[in-house]
Amino acid sequence: MDKYIDVAALSKVLVISLVLGAGIPAIFALGVRSLAPSEGGSRTLHVTGAVICFGICVAAVVAGVLRLALGGK
Amino acid sequence: MIVVVTALAFDFTNGFHDTANAMATSIATKALRPKVAVLLSAVLNVVGAFLSLAVAATIAKGIVEQDAVTMSVVFAGLCGGIIWNLVTWYFGLPSSSSHAIIGGLIGSVLVAAGTSGVIWSGVISKVIIPALIAPFAAGVIAMVGTWLVYRITRSVGAKETSQEFRWGQIGSASLVSLAHGTNDAQKTMGIILLALIAGGELPADAGVPVWVIIGCALAIGLGTYIGGWRVIRTLGKGLVDIQPPQGLAAETSSAAVILISSHFGYPLSTTHVASGSILGSGVGRRTPVRWSVARRMAVAWLITLPAAAAVGAAAEGIQHLIDGALGTIIVLALLVAASGALVIRSRRESVDHNNVNDEWAEPERAAQPVPTA
Repeated sequence: MDKYIDVAALSKVLVISLVLGAGIPAIFALGVRSLAPSEGGSRTLHVTGAVICFGICVAAVVAGVLRLALGGK
Repeated sequence: MIVVVTALAFDFTNGFHDTANAMATSIATKALRPKVAVLLSAVLNVVGAFLSLAVAATIAKGIVEQDAVTMSVVFAGLCGGIIWNLVTWYFGLPSSSSHAIIGGLIGSVLVAAGTSGVIWSGVISKVIIPALIAPFAAGVIAMVGTWLVYRITRSVGAKETSQEFRWGQIGSASLVSLAHGTNDAQKTMGIILLALIAGGELPADAGVPVWVIIGCALAIGLGTYIGGWRVIRTLGKGLVDIQPPQGLAAETSSAAVILISSHFGYPLSTTHVASGSILGSGVGRRTPVRWSVARRMAVAWLITLPAAAAVGAAAEGIQHLIDGALGTIIVLALLVAASGALVIRSRRESVDHNNVNDEWAEPERAAQPVPTA
């Protein structure tokens, strides 16, 4: 069976995909929530939080594309 | 020459068929207007095709013995891929273009060289196993992502957040388009390269010529722009009703699975991943999923390889019976006739950018099993 399935590589793919694939939308959602007008607290704090969250998402995407362009198959 | 044109035609149907993978959810949630969505996807597919060349010959090298490959084998394989892509498009089924071309190649090699021409372990480890795992993995990831997103934004009204999520969707859908360009355009490049080497036009160790890259990039981009509206409709409206946050989660899951698994050397079907993600996002939001549509898609996935293989085998068989240019011309004529017939029939109930988002009504007629080619 090992000839057909590389369990180690496969589980790596699954775990990394899970962390990034579910994590990035979650961080994005956090950003959206801090932007939402209904919550209390300082406005600047909220906007900063949102910018950080969106920044993480953008950075992850850029890193992914660069990785692709620079040859990681 | 005919082989190269046919390969570009396949690339065209590939883009055409797979626009849905990236853009179906954005169109369904109205994050992008349909025409804008396909244009964006087309441009990114072209960019993606230039970005990376690493995948180019994977299919050609791991699936069939290179000695068994001749011009007519490649041509017959492409015929199988094109016909199957058009048939599934006609029925609005998102099926894998990769499986169609691999199936076509396997079928024609079987006729040309017998069972020893196919690298079966390669077929199982590179095609079958990923095909079984990918949709489920993508589905689970999208499910978790969707659940998290809804959990986090629960305290905020949907009205306030929809716009932000639509913006996020544009980003995630673009990423899927880009990933598609880097994967699927490459497959055709690899096949053209294989044909050129088989025909003695290039030495065996040659790289992909620049004109092939440009041709493939443009063919897949053009196909994407024309847009397989029927498939977009099935994915965007048929499976589940998609809200913007859900679309974002589904697309991010697709992009993550495609990019990461190709990084680790698992070539897989962007179609399967996107479909699995959309299903998973529906489950994660606890909305009703139209399992009958999902079942029909799953059946199409299962028969894609054998069906395309049958067409590929038939095309190679004809070329065997009638040697030389005449056989090739007959196959070409059949290919053009069959494609034309499907396109003309599709006009009768056309799906385009105007009615792609209409409410989904489950048609009685379509509940029948999918006919094979």
